Amino acid sequence: MKDYLRFLRRCFRISFVGDWRYYLWMFLLSVVALFGLNAYSQQLVHGLQTTGMTDQVSWGLYIANFTYLVGMAAAAVMLVIPVYIYKNKDLHDLVIFGELFAVASILMCLLFVTVDLGRPDRFIHLFLRFNWPISMLTWDVLVLNGYLLLNLHICGYLIYCAYRRTRPGKWFYIPFVFVAIFWAISIHTVTAFLYSGLGSRPLWNSAVLAPRFLASAFSAGPAFLVLALQVIRRFSDYKVPDGALQMLRKIITVALSINMFLLGSEMFTEFYTQAEHSASAQYLFFGLAGKHALVPWIWTAIGMNSLALVLLFFPISKSLKWLNLSCALMIVGIWIEKGMGLIVPAFIPSPLGEMVEYKPTTNEILVSLGIWAFGLLVFTILVRITIPVLSGRLTIDSVHPAELPNAFSTKTFN
Amino acid sequence: MSGEQKMNRRSFLRGSLGAAGGMAAVAAALTPLKDLDLSEMTVDHFLQKHYKEMSPKEIDQVIERISKEVEERYDLRPELKDVKPMDGVEFTYLLNLGRCIGCRKCVHACVAENNQSRSPEIQYIRVLEMPRGSVNLEHSNHHYGDKKVPSKDHFYMPVQCHQCDNPPCVKVCPVEATWKEDDGIVVIDYDWCIGCRYCEAACPYWARRFNFAEPEIPKKDLNPKMGYLSNRPRHKGVMEKCHFCLHRTREGKLPACLEVCPVGARKFGNINDPNSEVVQILKTKRIFILKQEVGTKPRFFYYFDEDYGFGD
Ligand code: SF4
Ligand code: SF4
Repeated sequence: MKDYLRFLRRCFRISFVGDWRYYLWMFLLSVVALFGLNAYSQQLVHGLQTTGMTDQVSWGLYIANFTYLVGMAAAAVMLVIPVYIYKNKDLHDLVIFGELFAVASILMCLLFVTVDLGRPDRFIHLFLRFNWPISMLTWDVLVLNGYLLLNLHICGYLIYCAYRRTRPGKWFYIPFVFVAIFWAISIHTVTAFLYSGLGSRPLWNSAVLAPRFLASAFSAGPAFLVLALQVIRRFSDYKVPDGALQMLRKIITVALSINMFLLGSEMFTEFYTQAEHSASAQYLFFGLAGKHALVPWIWTAIGMNSLALVLLFFPISKSLKWLNLSCALMIVGIWIEKGMGLIVPAFIPSPLGEMVEYKPTTNEILVSLGIWAFGLLVFTILVRITIPVLSGRLTIDSVHPAELPNAFSTKTFN
Repeated sequence: MSGEQKMNRRSFLRGSLGAAGGMAAVAAALTPLKDLDLSEMTVDHFLQKHYKEMSPKEIDQVIERISKEVEERYDLRPELKDVKPMDGVEFTYLLNLGRCIGCRKCVHACVAENNQSRSPEIQYIRVLEMPRGSVNLEHSNHHYGDKKVPSKDHFYMPVQCHQCDNPPCVKVCPVEATWKEDDGIVVIDYDWCIGCRYCEAACPYWARRFNFAEPEIPKKDLNPKMGYLSNRPRHKGVMEKCHFCLHRTREGKLPACLEVCPVGARKFGNINDPNSEVVQILKTKRIFILKQEVGTKPRFFYYFDEDYGFGD
């Protein structure tokens, strides 16, 4: 116990140590997070009128980000499956970063749901009268928190073992890893059911929604990790083999192809039948009744994702430069497709046929950016702690250079 | 002082400066909170139970507290009651599409009766103007002017909460803040709702309204005859909607929207009473259920007079 507290203390200390680039990055993130906090304070005082949401479009940017991030969290399994089921060696030492990212993503998810509540002070009511199993939202609360705990346990256990220089006991984490694989799929499936279970919203009320969610998550999530791993490789001496990145490239290619295919199928059903209920899709892709705020968004997203896919199909994407470009494209492309392209248009037109468009306010955007900054801050710190521990420099019986008194002036960030 | 000690002091100083700076920045970011309205964040509010879990005595206490709060805010002592459903009664609402002239008197009577926010404006009833021929919501006009109604080529369709017998809004609520009562009315506990708006996304009739801001009602316009689950004043951040004026109808009166209707297009009654007018109409007239395909089994029906040639 004493050892553990000391471990936590050392972790805390080391997260404040790094070179100037580290400080700059952390400083910028903190500033954005504080702006977000300030904007959220405004929202608490004045209510959700500080957002662009209305009775017609009653969910917006917050829930869009939430949906996207559930996918990012679920995507960690795309590292876990190759390693634990297919015994891939290259990815083995990198799985933990996927899980750390999952932890950060779930934190962001929970924050996004919280800021979306009209009465966050009544949060406790969830514990007092929990409408489970009827309400899909209660399922979501359960699986998200469960997933957070699972990942915290797996990462925390592995890191602490490395710190103590002991071999992790298989029974203490392997079963959890396998549970987490199914759990990851479940979090995104349940989140899809949250929407697809609503008969009032034809755009969501479709069986391919859950597969679409998974496919898009398994492209954007690993794409983010491709970029993050390269940053880690650049700024630390942690080994990230090229083979690992190429493995992720293959996963992304398959997932993105499936995603585009499902999107295509969805579009076909919506438009070929020309049914009345495709009004939302009509609005999204082509505009309806003179309103077309989302049209540029969705076509940008489709353009970005298609370009990313084309790049991936060509061998040039084996070079990291092109791989990075396609990753960046799809991280943004899928964010748009799932957020502005899926959450918002389901509300337009309203169930009574009214056309009211949605535009997020500055305050709403600031809150969202703040949560993202906070999430990245958490992720950075987790990675910052993990690297020296896993590479054996921060252990129970060692002193890490970064902990030396003159650490602030050294250039070590590893 | 040795070099190492010096270093130690320096990093300590830096550390505390950083911590102080960080704290100041957080405090600065939180400054808007000084305007936060804390009147609803007392221990009493925090400990208040779910409506269904309160004993009659506890409900009385809460009613007393709420009455005081209303009095403080509006300088008017409300008659706040918790009216229960009547035994064996299930309400049904019928609307004669052939009669309605789209004057929106019901909309405004509802606002006045049910203490809806005047700013921002909240209305439970939405009247749609549609070209004669068929019910097509995509071609409905929500914002026609009041002046020249009824227009010859149009008919009017008021929509409000249909008090579904299979209500999706109730299903999705994560905290059971909304439920169906024995007389079929779907109600909301305004003190329990967490404001997630899932129910608003789930309702196929766009019947729910959310308080995006603190509701404003001029003091002189407050209706002091209040029901606990109906028209008592709400606060920002919670959901509300039509409740068939349950504080009136459970005491044998008619809904405010019905009373004000100048053409008698609205009929209300007990579907379990075979002699009631609503049962007679349901048996003899052509009935239309809006969005029947979503399967929520509304208690609100539209009907046509025999002589009203609908569809020509
Ligand atoms: S009309 Fe909407 S709010 Fe009313 S009971 Fe049905 S689903 Fe619920
Ligand atoms: S907004 Fe309130 S009533 Fe509606 S689902 Fe959420 S908690 Fe329940």
